[in-house]
Amino acid sequence: MTTKPMQFVPGSEFKRRAAEVVANPFLRKSFRGAMDFLIAKRAAQFPDPELLERQRTLAEHIRRYSLARLPQLLEQLEANLVKNGVKVHWAENADEANAIILGICRQHGAKLMVKGKSMVSEEVELNHAMDAAGIEALESDMGEYIVQLAGEKPSHIIMPAIHKTKQDIARLFAEKVPGVSYTEDVDALIQVGRDVLRKKFMEADIGLSGVNFAVAETGSLCLVENEGNGRMCTTVPDVHIAITGIEKVVEKLEHVVPLYGLLTRSATGQAITTYFNVITGPRREGEKDGPREMHLVLVDNGRTQAFADEQLRQTLQCIRCGACMNHCPVYTRIGGHAYGTTYPGPIGEIVSPHMMGLAATHVLPGASTLCGACGEVCPVKIPIPDLLLRLREEATHDAKPGHAPLVGQGAGKSTFASLAYKGFAFLYSRPALYRTFAWAATRFRFLTPGNQAGWTVTRTPLKPAAKSLRDLLAERQNRR
Amino acid sequence: MSARDNIFRKLRAASAPTLPSPDAAITEHYASLPRTTKADLAREFAEKITAWHAEVHTVPRSQWVEKARAIVAEKGIASLLYAPATAHGQALAAFGIAGLKAYDRPIEDWKPEMFDGIDAAITGTRGAIAETGTMILWPDADEPRLMSLVPPIHIALVDADAIVPTLYDAITQQKWSAGLPTNALLVTGPSKTADIQQTLAYGAHGPKELIVLLLTGEAQ
Repeated sequence: MTTKPMQFVPGSEFKRRAAEVVANPFLRKSFRGAMDFLIAKRAAQFPDPELLERQRTLAEHIRRYSLARLPQLLEQLEANLVKNGVKVHWAENADEANAIILGICRQHGAKLMVKGKSMVSEEVELNHAMDAAGIEALESDMGEYIVQLAGEKPSHIIMPAIHKTKQDIARLFAEKVPGVSYTEDVDALIQVGRDVLRKKFMEADIGLSGVNFAVAETGSLCLVENEGNGRMCTTVPDVHIAITGIEKVVEKLEHVVPLYGLLTRSATGQAITTYFNVITGPRREGEKDGPREMHLVLVDNGRTQAFADEQLRQTLQCIRCGACMNHCPVYTRIGGHAYGTTYPGPIGEIVSPHMMGLAATHVLPGASTLCGACGEVCPVKIPIPDLLLRLREEATHDAKPGHAPLVGQGAGKSTFASLAYKGFAFLYSRPALYRTFAWAATRFRFLTPGNQAGWTVTRTPLKPAAKSLRDLLAERQNRR
Repeated sequence: MSARDNIFRKLRAASAPTLPSPDAAITEHYASLPRTTKADLAREFAEKITAWHAEVHTVPRSQWVEKARAIVAEKGIASLLYAPATAHGQALAAFGIAGLKAYDRPIEDWKPEMFDGIDAAITGTRGAIAETGTMILWPDADEPRLMSLVPPIHIALVDADAIVPTLYDAITQQKWSAGLPTNALLVTGPSKTADIQQTLAYGAHGPKELIVLLLTGEAQ
């Protein structure tokens, strides 16, 4: 099974892909329906706005505190993991992370890796790297399994197959899974996945998982899930490899409690998930199951760039609930694939520039109406609209003096736009010139062209008014 | 320079404000929430976990083994995995339930049988959480991790006296951080997924059925 790598789609491609989804009534209906469903389920979990505000303030406090002490907490986490018998690895980028994991697989002569849900493994394109090395990496979360079978990528960080209808999945299973005939019965479809994957859990040499929270004080990794595939991947194979971003660490188990409560309620409107796993090391002496070897790969991949700036650092408060995309009017209309990044929606727009550089992503912070919904629902109070504006600024300007440039700083600069703004400033800061301009513009308004490039693609042409505001006010004054 | 050195160098180069620990705020937050009284904990737990699709049987402590036998017969369970070194395991063995299968060897020795030849497993719990209808499992050498995961039916014993109001209470009162097992677990209902068109389906990878025996004082 091959998963094609998702190369970043340049700006023009982003617009084309977004336009394609907007013109596809089936996808529009899928996303609208799913988002309305998730919005209503979340709202039902937070009936008391004052309590929600208190919970968000507390969660923000915990995340900000954890980030303020990030280097200390990472050191403490590493020391305690090592004490618990876990091997800790550090990766500055995707290639390093993949090389580490591949190295562990080779050491064990591994042929099959079963994977629990991990967005960081998507971020580093692990499946592609494994495939290139001849090792089968099989997704075991039902949604991820479906998406991988279809040769696609997740379109939502929590519900990867949200863009697919049960008819799509029925066809996919009938075509790709041997011995399965077409059925639209959801229980039967899930049973197909269950049967296929249970065999794989038994056979797999390596189990890979993500991490929702890493606890420094105890050296524990917490995993949140409903299906049980995360437990399978971290318990059945002989080797467990966990991969996560360096920002996921908190100081104490007690700090996880408020975050976990908000994560599940914000994500899918559940008070709690079926399983919450606290993993503290590999199989101990005398135990009859559990992996005999355990690894944690801690990935930077641009996170230190966000960390370097106090405002941008807030991006790292994210606990990956997906509420911002569920509530985003842009995401709801264009879906997850149009963004071309591992993390779509508002959080993707502010985190991807650090992972992939602004040269590849500078259009993304613009894919927002700045309605503010994302910031309002964020359980850890990330000011997403402010960060979108900041990145728009960084994408079109040189770094401010005393600030290190971001990767791809100023990549979205446009000579035309910059000239237009310069002209505007010149005109509007010279009263005599401005008055002459206003006089001429109102009188020669019939000369304005009907076709005004990008503006008139979806809008009526701009045309100066017959009288300027200044003239209108003067007339009104005279009438009195 | 190693990747680790580079990452730490970059993190340390950034100015980080000192922020107060959230410990007091967390304690205060949970103290401010309305609390279920001791008398209502078992009822709330049973209601909540039933809503999560578990089957709950309230049974006096002295009669749970008989109840377990009735369930085994009713569900047509031919092989029941149990932990022979635990107190509840010994009670089961002493009672002579048909089809008992002891988890007494490392999983490597019998993986295919575990996956295909076991109908149900019965485990104890370390307590439960009323607020969300959640069981706390503390697997160890005697009662391993896979018992509550691989067999299609999971039967769990919950002592009504070991139910606490919230997860925060469980972690602080039971002093989790002082000695965690390799895999501490919260379980809230049978395995489930909504990954196909947001339609809920049970038995995604783990148990399709969760049966809770809620052990209380003697029948009046």
